[in-house]
Amino acid sequence: MLWPKLARALFAKPLTDQAPLVPLETIQALGERLAATSRARLGRSLAIREVDSGSCNGCELEVNALQNVVYDMERFGLRFVASPKHADVLLVTGPACLNMREAVARALASTPEPRWVVAVGDCAVDGGVFKGSYAVENGIAALLPVDLLIPGCPPSPAQLLEGLLSLLEAEAAKK
Amino acid sequence: MMEPASSLIRGGNPQGAGPCERFLLSPSAWGQLPAALQQEPDLALLGLWADAAQVHACFLHEPSNEAVLASTPAAGWNYAALSPARPGAVRFERMILELWGHHAEGAVDLRPWLDHGRWPLRHPLAAKPIPFAGEAPQPEFLPVEGEGIHQIPVGPIHAGVIEPGHFRFSVQGEVVVRLEQRLGYKHKGTLSLMLGTSPRTAVRYAARLSGDTTVAHSWAFSAAVEAALGVTPPPRALHLRALMLELERIHNHLNDWGFVCNDAAFAFPHARCGLLREGVLRAINAAFGHRLMMDRVLPGGVAPDIAPRGAEAILAALEAVEAEIPALMQIYEAHASLQDRVVTTGFLRPDLARAFAAGGHVGRASGRGFDARRLPQHLPYSILHFEVPVLEAGDVDARVRIRVSELSQSIALVRQVLDSLPSGELMAPLPVRGGEGLAMIEGFRGECLHWIKLDDSGLIRALFPRDPSWLQWPLLEAAIEDNIVADFPLCNKSFNCSYSGVDL
Ligand code: SF4
Repeated sequence: MLWPKLARALFAKPLTDQAPLVPLETIQALGERLAATSRARLGRSLAIREVDSGSCNGCELEVNALQNVVYDMERFGLRFVASPKHADVLLVTGPACLNMREAVARALASTPEPRWVVAVGDCAVDGGVFKGSYAVENGIAALLPVDLLIPGCPPSPAQLLEGLLSLLEAEAAKK
Repeated sequence: MMEPASSLIRGGNPQGAGPCERFLLSPSAWGQLPAALQQEPDLALLGLWADAAQVHACFLHEPSNEAVLASTPAAGWNYAALSPARPGAVRFERMILELWGHHAEGAVDLRPWLDHGRWPLRHPLAAKPIPFAGEAPQPEFLPVEGEGIHQIPVGPIHAGVIEPGHFRFSVQGEVVVRLEQRLGYKHKGTLSLMLGTSPRTAVRYAARLSGDTTVAHSWAFSAAVEAALGVTPPPRALHLRALMLELERIHNHLNDWGFVCNDAAFAFPHARCGLLREGVLRAINAAFGHRLMMDRVLPGGVAPDIAPRGAEAILAALEAVEAEIPALMQIYEAHASLQDRVVTTGFLRPDLARAFAAGGHVGRASGRGFDARRLPQHLPYSILHFEVPVLEAGDVDARVRIRVSELSQSIALVRQVLDSLPSGELMAPLPVRGGEGLAMIEGFRGECLHWIKLDDSGLIRALFPRDPSWLQWPLLEAAIEDNIVADFPLCNKSFNCSYSGVDL
């Protein structure tokens, strides 16, 4: 029978409501503020290329979670793209391993301007716990012109969303 | 003799490691090891590593589940390679040459692995590292011969939000003739940062070997320290560790089940798994104050305690997961277009899984049933009830099914742990002294094996954390053979090996 299923679907709460601990208002407010600033400049959306410069994969888990139905980053006009050539933002995790130096430099060279570089996680900010190792650069600022730091180990999806928004505000103020 | 390799090892000089002994073999005794191993297929190689003076191997006697360590002096001369007898030794021998400078005589393959020629020094963990300022060499790949073969280089930066590594596909038409991996991009020099520090300081690196496996690696590291010092954590701490370990398994299995479906362009299960997983992560955050539970397991016990309403939050999140598994499984099974992508795809032969001693879902989907939670006297698992699912089919589907079965087992385990959570202390004091210990903890990918040696002032003199992916990555190369390139993401996700965990 289809009717009971349809009825259940009609009266069910949206998925974003199912998580009691989500500060939904914050996320919505972020979405609105994002819309207001980024539309003016970028026509409603930011294409993001995530680059892992040698993370522990913890940051990737949380960056990936941004795409689940609870955070649903696409409703804010934020989306991940497969190539840096299509990107407005490079979202970089990890302490900048020397073995990734060349790949990271090439990713930057392939990203058209105007662009923003966001350092995600304590590692990307200054090397985090890996600071001082012979194999890392102590943060991605050694390789890339960083516009925004989102610290945390790892930063939560909510912090990541907030961070992306504050970047837009800062850029808008510069204009 | 029935067990030539085992008796050769046990004939060495015992070094006083706990709970399984390490035997020091003379170079000539070690030299007989490869031939003896050929004659004793039941002695699986779990890991091979070194310190500045010696090379160490960890073996598992599969019929009895007993681990044993063997070492031989390596500084100043070449040690006999184990790779002719154990294929899993290949990448370890490459790593040992690069990190410690010990050369394996008769090795199958000694091409560069972690060292891409970009560090300011060579053999960073040797007694005397050599400064290096030369050009980075081009990587060499194994030749492939045949008509119409072309290569597809992929990475290190991949299209999705995943870790970096390079895959070199040799392809004939659509079919993959050979895949060769080139990893090491994430080498962070983690071991060098841990050496010479106290276990309490070093555990934060263990927690960051592979962020998705932070609980299992922290526990394995802590358990190795506890074995070295003869410390037993309080019962409540052990229960909480098991609780966190099963929650880690649950959130990762949910994640990968969804991603496998997504890689077959089937977005709905991915969306549902993502939602359920987010619920679990939030419950974890409410219970332990960190969504991934980093830095909660410490040598001696755990900290902090579970929050007062934590158990409630966890049980509610798991109830939602449990309620939806049958419906998701039904969808997974009922769609021919999805089944067509996963059944028979990425077949891993059971004999290969055994030869490499592959753990976790990779081994258990190909008939190798080892699960470190079944090791003797492994509290609290020895007093809990659970099953270890094993399949023989060896394809993407079998690996998914193992994970889904494990989800239910882990949920049941969480309930048992919460029902029987003892009260009391969370941390046992750590004495300051020397010792040597080994531990294995079953993470969601398989067993995390940690070995540690402390000097008399209680600082780390030597150590090795062996992620299960060491023995699984090479099998992905085998599983993708004769599959089409388009099925690689599915195969890859069904394995989901760690890059960071093996790049160190
Ligand atoms: S910041 Fe923390 S979670 Fe992120 S990559 Fe570094 S260690 Fe891992």
